[in-house]
Amino acid sequence: MMSPSGMQLPREELVRAYRMMCDIRHFEDSVHDEFAAGSIPGFVHLYAGEEASAVGFMMHLNDADRIASTHRGHGHCIAKGCDVKAMMKEIYGRADGLCGGKGGSMHIADLTKGMMGANGIVGGGPPLICGAALSAKTLKTGGVAVAFVGDGGSNQGTTLESYNLAKVWNLPAIFVVEDNRYAESTASAWSVGGSQLKRAEGFGMPGRKVDGHDFFDVYDAAAEAIGRARNGEGPSLVHVETYRYYGHFEGDAITYRTPEEEEQMKTQKDCLKIFSQRVTETGLLDASALEEVEAESRSLIEQAVAEAKAAPAPGPDKLLTDVYVSY
Amino acid sequence: MSERIRAIMMPKWGLSMTEGLVTAWHLDEGSVVEKGADAVDIETEKITNLFESPAGGVLRRRLVEPGDTVPVGALLGVLADAEVSDEEIDAFVERFNAEFANTLAARAEAADAGPQPETLEIGGHKMRYLQMGEGELLPLVLIHGFGGDLNNWLFNQPVLAERRPVVALDLPGHGGSSKSMRAFDIDSLARAVGEFLDALDLPLTHLAGHSLGGAVSARLALTRADRVRSLTLIASVGLGADINMDFIRGFIGAKRRKDLKPVVEQLFADPSLVNRELLDDLLKFKRLDGVEALLTRLADTVFADGAQAVTLRDDLLGLDVATQVVWGAEDQMIPAAHAKALSETAKVHVLEGAGHMVHMEKASEVNAMIETLAID
Amino acid sequence: MSKKTYRQAINEALAQEMRRDPTVIFMGEDNVGGMGAPGEDDAWGGVLGVTKGLMPEFGRERCLDTPISESAFIGAAVGAAATGLRPVAELMFVDFMGVCFDQIFNQAAKFRYMFGGKAVTPVVIRTMYGAGFRAASQHSQCLYPLFTHIPGLKVVMPSSPYEAKGLLTQAIRDDDPVIFFEHKVLYDDEEEVPDDPYTLPFGEANLTREGDDVAIVTLGRMVKLSNEVADKLEGDGISCTVVDLRTTSPLDEDTIIECAEETGRVVVVDEANPRCSMATDISALITQNAFGALKSPIKMVTAPHTPPPFAPELEDIYIPTPAKIEAAVREVVAYSREVVA
Repeated sequence: MMSPSGMQLPREELVRAYRMMCDIRHFEDSVHDEFAAGSIPGFVHLYAGEEASAVGFMMHLNDADRIASTHRGHGHCIAKGCDVKAMMKEIYGRADGLCGGKGGSMHIADLTKGMMGANGIVGGGPPLICGAALSAKTLKTGGVAVAFVGDGGSNQGTTLESYNLAKVWNLPAIFVVEDNRYAESTASAWSVGGSQLKRAEGFGMPGRKVDGHDFFDVYDAAAEAIGRARNGEGPSLVHVETYRYYGHFEGDAITYRTPEEEEQMKTQKDCLKIFSQRVTETGLLDASALEEVEAESRSLIEQAVAEAKAAPAPGPDKLLTDVYVSY
Repeated sequence: MSERIRAIMMPKWGLSMTEGLVTAWHLDEGSVVEKGADAVDIETEKITNLFESPAGGVLRRRLVEPGDTVPVGALLGVLADAEVSDEEIDAFVERFNAEFANTLAARAEAADAGPQPETLEIGGHKMRYLQMGEGELLPLVLIHGFGGDLNNWLFNQPVLAERRPVVALDLPGHGGSSKSMRAFDIDSLARAVGEFLDALDLPLTHLAGHSLGGAVSARLALTRADRVRSLTLIASVGLGADINMDFIRGFIGAKRRKDLKPVVEQLFADPSLVNRELLDDLLKFKRLDGVEALLTRLADTVFADGAQAVTLRDDLLGLDVATQVVWGAEDQMIPAAHAKALSETAKVHVLEGAGHMVHMEKASEVNAMIETLAID
Repeated sequence: MSKKTYRQAINEALAQEMRRDPTVIFMGEDNVGGMGAPGEDDAWGGVLGVTKGLMPEFGRERCLDTPISESAFIGAAVGAAATGLRPVAELMFVDFMGVCFDQIFNQAAKFRYMFGGKAVTPVVIRTMYGAGFRAASQHSQCLYPLFTHIPGLKVVMPSSPYEAKGLLTQAIRDDDPVIFFEHKVLYDDEEEVPDDPYTLPFGEANLTREGDDVAIVTLGRMVKLSNEVADKLEGDGISCTVVDLRTTSPLDEDTIIECAEETGRVVVVDEANPRCSMATDISALITQNAFGALKSPIKMVTAPHTPPPFAPELEDIYIPTPAKIEAAVREVVAYSREVVA
């Protein structure tokens, strides 16, 4: 069965994809600036540069489908439909943040959207996604579950065990390895033994490597893997080659890679630029439409930052709530 | 065993009693004892009770002292006429204990000796009952009250079963019966008991009912007078309007032993009779799925708006079945004054020193009353 | 009501909840047994046969065998719980928590808090604990203090068959993650257990004995030993209250403090190692809240600060015994401030 190609998407779907990518980019750029200005507490890990990966997958998912994200989770959240203003408030630790200010950047979640959480534990998500996929299978919802891990997370035992469990239980699960070349400061070229695709093959799963800077390549691979899961044909792995523009965390001096490499990736492999080039060159969208989306997105994120800054912190009574349903 | 020498043995009260703790003697060695005299206070896992002398004579030996725990059937004391020699008494004790040692050994081997409850399925609902005894006399059926079960008759059933078959049942929703009821009123309960008696092939029986079970047995007698030989109504529902709703609500609502204890103590004239095991058993019942909701609905129907919803008095006055009413003078659930409702047609007994659970607190008196009425 | 073993009581609770609620499933290593193997279906029912007989009624879809892969399947149980199922996962021995603890304490325990009260994770993790099987250091630990330490988890310690059925039923119906500790030595213990389903509340300690002289505060298998001691000492004129904690989280602080106040003398009996344990926690609770009522120092009867040993002679002296409990009770009774002063 041939999956429909991203290049055949209707105009409004292309606009939707571009809007999500812009939202993520502006969101992350703003968080970068605000963090540097000292207005955001804690740790943040930014997704800028990897937008095509999250959006390429999420274009195929609905609210009944579940994803598990990583510590670098803002992009997955936005693409899965989390409210960006509530997300920004969460990152600021505000009372009406998406998680009431109790989670922060690393634990943003919205279960009603099928977003099972960013995760502070590298490799924390894949077992959970086996569970979400088991629920979908047992309850016959028709849903699928997608685990995003980085190249670092791909080496965790939890991830490899989850490949095996998903295979032997024949789960509607998809494992997306977002390989942004560095786990913290360590190159995936060094830390990953063998290859992601050979690992998939070893567990008896189909695997496919995609150019994570190309929305359409991701979109097509996602369509194939998700379609297979929905048809009851079991799990797949997608190896997404991508790049993060900022450091591992905000404050990272990024001494482990070269400015030349960064410059080259940003000028030649930027997923937003590649997307707009493709859609304008083929006449799918015109430049003015993209500019309009871009401006709206910028304005939305500016508002989100302004509202988050003005929002109240949780009251001291919130310290003790939400530990248990009943206790 | 010589009839000149008579044994006082540790009684068996209830299914699970295997031993009892002697807490006090009311008789001195050498004293002359009437049958039925207060003899020994015995504490079991379930309840503390006064054990009355099973025979008369001179108390020649006390073989246990307060603080001793001994198995059911063990020799507590020896009664004999004055002229029986000490040597004969000693020989009796020796022989009894030797035989009892064998009994104990056999009991240990046979694990669960004694009658065990059985269940019947009627219309998809399970009914649990305990049958004891045999004999020529008509069977007696015992029906417990609200929130109770067949174990409420632990001081009555074994004694009454010495001369006849005695069946104690668990009402629908209670004890080991299904935790479901077709409807939550006395008529439906009476119908269920009738069907149960049909299933057991008991066309004619004596009935004794306590509290709500009294109303159930009365309703059964009113519907089918031909199948009821006699009716003993103990602290019965159906003879007036008053009911202690604080008890009913407290009983349904209590989730912990310490909340339940003061509630259950109201059932007895002597609250010290209520012990941990009794409360634990009630809690175990109340925790079963559906029981709280079922008791609530039952109470809402039978005791709607804080009063007894059904009065059977007028009907019972016209009933042609031998009837008696038994009440504890200190009943805090339903006032003993209700006993007088049937004084025109029934024998009325109000026993001092007893509360709502008069058949437990004054077991031997109540047993005697039942046997007196249920002569055939 | 009929006599049931601890094992049967657990099995019955699972069966009744699976009948009542189609979202209840169970999973674990060899929980059915024989998956993919040429022999019998339902080959094992778990290593000690606790789940045997369930698969023929409920089918493989709800009775899941797993690879030996605790991180993945415990995590899968957690993820399934967050997405609409009520999984009961078996961590065969609690000692194996080391290979999957992240999924329990960083994921299951924290979802609700981290996600601002919006997550519900009704997972039960059944696990076997305790010494007495000559199973040596990696199959005999107690480890419940580690779980009790984690906010977001509930920790349940059934002490008998009746307790096991009611507490497991509650655990399955509970909307929070529950760690359910089954003592391997108790599986064949028998007592009367109602046939109908019932629940026992969490956070409500149970007084298995009531006395005036000493409060023995204990949990799990140690309740049984403490009851034996209390019964024995009753004959010697020392009357003991035995407090079965039932759950260490939530902990029934009120009952512990009340019993300490009523008796003034406390022995805490805990099979776990003594550092940062329930024994120390309860001692601290009592000294903070009932210090004025104490007539003697609190005594702790625990395993020593060693791993569980293998040799029977060593294991027998590692586990708290009735003799040690009795000695501790006698010691607190004999204690007198005047003598010390």
